[in-house]
Amino acid sequence: MGPPLQITRRRLLGALAALALLGPRLAPAREDGPATRPIPSSGERLPLVGLGSWITFNVGDDRAARDACAEVMANFFRAGGQLIDSSPMYGSAQEVIGYGLAKLGHPARLFSADKVWIADGAAGRRQMETSRQRWGIPRFDLLQVHNLLAWPAHLPTLFAMKAAGQLRYVGITTSHGHRHDEMARIMASQPLDFVQLTYNLVDREVEQRLLPLARERGIAVIVNRPFQRGALLSKLGRQPLPAWAGEIDCTSWAQFALKFVISHPDVTCAISATSRVDHVLENLGTATGALPDQAMRSRMAALAARL
Amino acid sequence: MAEWWLYGPRDLLLFAPRTYYRLFELYNLELWPLQLLALALGTTVLVLWRRGGARAGRAIAAILLLCWLWVAWGFHWQRYASINLAAGYFALAFVAQALLLLWLGVLRGRLAPAPATRLQQRAGLILVLFALLGFPLLGPLLGRSWTQAEVFGMAPDPTALATLGVLLLAGGRPAWGLWPLPVAWCLVSGTTLWAMEAPDFALAPLAALLAVGLAAGGAARRSR
Repeated sequence: MGPPLQITRRRLLGALAALALLGPRLAPAREDGPATRPIPSSGERLPLVGLGSWITFNVGDDRAARDACAEVMANFFRAGGQLIDSSPMYGSAQEVIGYGLAKLGHPARLFSADKVWIADGAAGRRQMETSRQRWGIPRFDLLQVHNLLAWPAHLPTLFAMKAAGQLRYVGITTSHGHRHDEMARIMASQPLDFVQLTYNLVDREVEQRLLPLARERGIAVIVNRPFQRGALLSKLGRQPLPAWAGEIDCTSWAQFALKFVISHPDVTCAISATSRVDHVLENLGTATGALPDQAMRSRMAALAARL
Repeated sequence: MAEWWLYGPRDLLLFAPRTYYRLFELYNLELWPLQLLALALGTTVLVLWRRGGARAGRAIAAILLLCWLWVAWGFHWQRYASINLAAGYFALAFVAQALLLLWLGVLRGRLAPAPATRLQQRAGLILVLFALLGFPLLGPLLGRSWTQAEVFGMAPDPTALATLGVLLLAGGRPAWGLWPLPVAWCLVSGTTLWAMEAPDFALAPLAALLAVGLAAGGAARRSR
C-alpha cells in the first residue's frame, strides 16, 4: 500500500487546471463574479461582459461627471468586471478612465484594451504612448487597430511591441458591420489574438463567416454595439418582455439582448458603454445567470426578426 | 477613421447630449457675469445700426470680430475641444471669420447699415433680436436649466445667427465673403443637434438658409 495521497496546494491547482482543460469552454459564474471564457491564444480567462467607453466616458473636464464615471468603474470591478475598452477616437474617454483608475488605486484585475487610430503608420507608437500615459498604466493588455485604419503599418509595430513585452495581445476592430471582407483576410493571414466586431440580435452577419473563422484561427472575439447604441433596446421596449425570458434569468430587454450575444460560443466578451451604475451592474449580472442554449437563441432571434 | 462616408452623423457623435449641455453650464458658471457684457455688446450692435453710417458699420464689425475671436478661444478651443476632436478646426474657422470681419467689415467698411429691402431689414432685425434674447430662452423652454443658456458673443450658435442678421441689415451691398462660415456653422451645429435628437435641431440651419435666400433675393432684385 502506497503512502496516503496528500493534497498539497500545488496538486490541487494542477488538478483544477486539468479539469479546466477537459471541461467546457464556458466557466460557470462563481458566486462572486460573472462567467468567463478563455482567450484562445493564452488560455487566460475573461469575464463575458466588459465595459466600453464610447460616448459615455467622453465627459471632458467636468469633475462631477468624471467622478460618476469612476463610480461606474468601481462598481464594474466590484461586480467582477475586468476588460475596459477605449480609443484615441473617443475624445476625453482615455483621460477619464485614467482618472477613474487613479481614484480607485489602479485595480489589479483591470484588463486594459485600447486602440491605435491614426492614418500615419509612423505616428502609431507615439499615439499609443500618449494613450498609455492617459490611462496611467505601465502597459496595455490589448491594443487593436481601430477600424482597420492603416493596419499594414500598425500590425508589425504591435507584434514587435508584443514580442518586446510591451503589450500582451494584438487585435483589430471594425464596427457597424463594415469591412468584413478585409477583416476576414487579415484574420486568415495574421497571428491575431483578438478581433472586435459588431454583433447583436439583429446584426448577425458575423455568424456566417467571421465568428467561425475566429474559432478556426484561435482568435478571441470582443463584441461591440450589443444594443445598437440603444436603438435595439428602443425597438424591443415597445413590447413586453416575453414570459419565457424568465427561463434564462432575464428581467429586462437589455439582459435579453446581451445574453443572446454572450451565449454565442465564439464570443469571448461583449462590451457595453454606460454612465450609470445600475446599468453596469445589470450588464455584468447578465453573465452570472443562466445562458440560452441553441434552441433558445433561435427563439430569441426569431422574436427580434419580427420587430 | 477610414471611409468616413460609410458612417452617418449619429455614428460619429462623440458625446452624450447631457455632456454637451453641461459644457455650457460649466462655461456660464465659470465666466459669470461676462454674459451681461456680451449682451451689452449685442445691444450696442442694434444701437449702432439705428444710428447708421460708415463708422457705425465699422464699429459693428469690430464687435462681431471680438465675439467670433472669443468664441474660437473661450468656447471651441478651451472647452468644446475637450469632448469633440473637431473643435480645433471649428476654432480655426471662427478665427478665419474674425479675420474676414476685420478685412471686409472694419477696414473696407462693408457692414455699414445700408438700405436693403424692407423684408430683409425686418428679417435681419428679428434674427439679431432672436440671437440676443430668444436663443438663451430656448434651453429653459425645452426643459433645460437656465445655467445652460447659450448667449450671444459666448456661444457659437447665437453669435453666428446675430452675424447673419447684421449681414441682412447691411444688405444694400452684400459682403458675400462674410456669409459662408456663419451659414456653415449653423449647418454643422444643426447636424450635431440632430444627431443628439435635440428637438430644436432645425432652428439654426433653417434661419441661416432663410437669411441666405432673402439676401440672394434682394441682390437679384437690385441687379434687375
